[in-house]
Amino acid sequence: MKRLSYLLTLLVFGLSSQSICAAASNPISASPRPLNWNAITMFLVFVLFTLAIIRWAAKRTRSAADFYTAGGGLSPLQNGLAIAGDMVSAASFLGISAMMFDKGYDGLIYALGVLAGWPIILFLIAERLRNLGKFTFADVVSYRLAQTPVRITAALGTLTVAIMYLVAQMVGAGKLIELLFGTSYLSAVMLVGVLMVLYVTFGGMLATTWVQIIKAVLLLAGTTFMAFMVLSHFGFSPEALFAGAATTHANGKAILAPGGLVSDPVDAISLGLGMMFGTAGLPHILMRFFTVANARQARKSVFYATGFIAYFYLLILIAGFGAIVMVGSEPDFHDAAGNIIGGNNMIAVHLAQAVGGNLFLGFISAVAFATILAVVAGLALSGASAISHDLYATVLCKGSASEQSEIRVSKIATLAIGILAIVLGLLFEKQNIAFLSGLVLAIAASVNFPVLFLSMFWKGLTTRGAVVGSLAGLLSAIVLLILGPTVWVGILQHQTPLFPYANPALFSMSIAFGSAWLLSVLDDSPRAQEERQRYLAQYIRSMTGIGAARASQKH
Amino acid sequence: MNDTKLELILQHPDFQQLIDKKTRLSWSLSAVMLVIYYGFILLLAFSPGTLARPISDGAITIGIPVGVAIILLTFVLTGIYVRIANRDLDPLNEKVLRGFMA
Repeated sequence: MKRLSYLLTLLVFGLSSQSICAAASNPISASPRPLNWNAITMFLVFVLFTLAIIRWAAKRTRSAADFYTAGGGLSPLQNGLAIAGDMVSAASFLGISAMMFDKGYDGLIYALGVLAGWPIILFLIAERLRNLGKFTFADVVSYRLAQTPVRITAALGTLTVAIMYLVAQMVGAGKLIELLFGTSYLSAVMLVGVLMVLYVTFGGMLATTWVQIIKAVLLLAGTTFMAFMVLSHFGFSPEALFAGAATTHANGKAILAPGGLVSDPVDAISLGLGMMFGTAGLPHILMRFFTVANARQARKSVFYATGFIAYFYLLILIAGFGAIVMVGSEPDFHDAAGNIIGGNNMIAVHLAQAVGGNLFLGFISAVAFATILAVVAGLALSGASAISHDLYATVLCKGSASEQSEIRVSKIATLAIGILAIVLGLLFEKQNIAFLSGLVLAIAASVNFPVLFLSMFWKGLTTRGAVVGSLAGLLSAIVLLILGPTVWVGILQHQTPLFPYANPALFSMSIAFGSAWLLSVLDDSPRAQEERQRYLAQYIRSMTGIGAARASQKH
Repeated sequence: MNDTKLELILQHPDFQQLIDKKTRLSWSLSAVMLVIYYGFILLLAFSPGTLARPISDGAITIGIPVGVAIILLTFVLTGIYVRIANRDLDPLNEKVLRGFMA
């Protein structure tokens, strides 16, 4: 189970735990590495290009709708690429390829968990979300409920998830960039923070999305090249590839079979639930459904996104097993002690060098950095919208705030989130933040998803139920993670965990659903009666799009 | 929208047909996905040996094509949904919308 949670960490932020541990124990990465000029040059080109995008996007970002959702004018293909970009983060790219290199088949099991949630999101969530919401998923939850309590709870859920995700990304980014570019941790964290704030404040969702699209295309192209070169190395024979991997790897044929990842059924199902529904509770992902014109376009976006994510994991499968031979058997990629230079998270980067030389190594390093930037920008935007749209405009001003003041608050919030992310990134530099990453998906699955789901599908949900359900999900996910093996044993160094499972989602989601149901059923107030009556109108709108928010511009 | 208009929509045969088709499509495809994914997880938990068996005499185990098949299937299922929704549900939805916007 310890291994489970450790692997979860690798998956979500492939960069966090291991690169930190590796950097601390590995003499080569601890000493300053030479500056990697290929990588730095290509990264600078990327940054300059994105700054040009900000200029272009800033001219087109005037209204609140422009700022939060790019005016709802993105095409399904653009949005699909951006969603895929959010999902195939540096974590998937470096983390899952490292898992395949290390554990073989278990890495594939992981990739499947990420992917399996997308069809469910399409079938049940995507269109309803677009029909009911405008800027944030709190629009949907609060559609027929009391605005103030529901928005505050939803904003709490959004900010918790977004900031934890951000901190883990910042620490991971700092470590990764130290390794890839040879620059200092401080400068890396500052650079990520500053660029993130620039993208969001000046370019809003339009710039954030285009940065994500460009990165997604670069990453998909780079990975395609890697997979192609691996296949050609093995004469385009899958049998030769897998046989070669089994011969080279220390565990032999065992890497072609399920390992210890999924041994306890309860933990396994809990992990699966957390991954599947955690994705459907990530605020920066949910926000993307409002950037297209209507439900039909939202539907197509998910189709494209699923296709790109699926394609990406097939490439990673080839690259990961190929690396076992092409990196694992190459002495150049090992230090004196026989460990991989820079730790296992550097597998994909080493493979880039093996198949494409120094220039391609620079390209892949630059893409890895770009990936982090694109993901943190989306996170900052979702956190800022929770503050400006849900808390400021709806709760504080009761809907009377002007668009300009709402946008201004959003920009200030972005700046505050950026500063917070940099400060926390620096504070947590030496900390083991592995538990954070496990927390994020489990929390998103427990705090946001159950209430969002019930608000759309269950007439009986009331304000009390929604608020208590969210808070119960948030608290139980955090408490169970702290008492579980990851934190209680792994970080606090106790002998045995008080809660036996590394993955709390099965339990915390049940608690969230259960308490939302119970409090709603017991709620006899006149307000609750009205809320149940308003379900009918919401249901008709969610199914047909009558009255749904319209797009304000096309790009 | 007032209550009588809501009732009117609710009782309308086109709307009812749309709801029936949409609900059936989304829940049946969800069920397929959930059965496949959690079936795979339970197979791993209770009978890991099944997927470890090699295909014929080669190195490749049954687990690898099964994993690849699930990856491809997620894409195929979303494709099926989008195709049916675009072809059958959207025209029906348009019809409902036209009826009530007029």
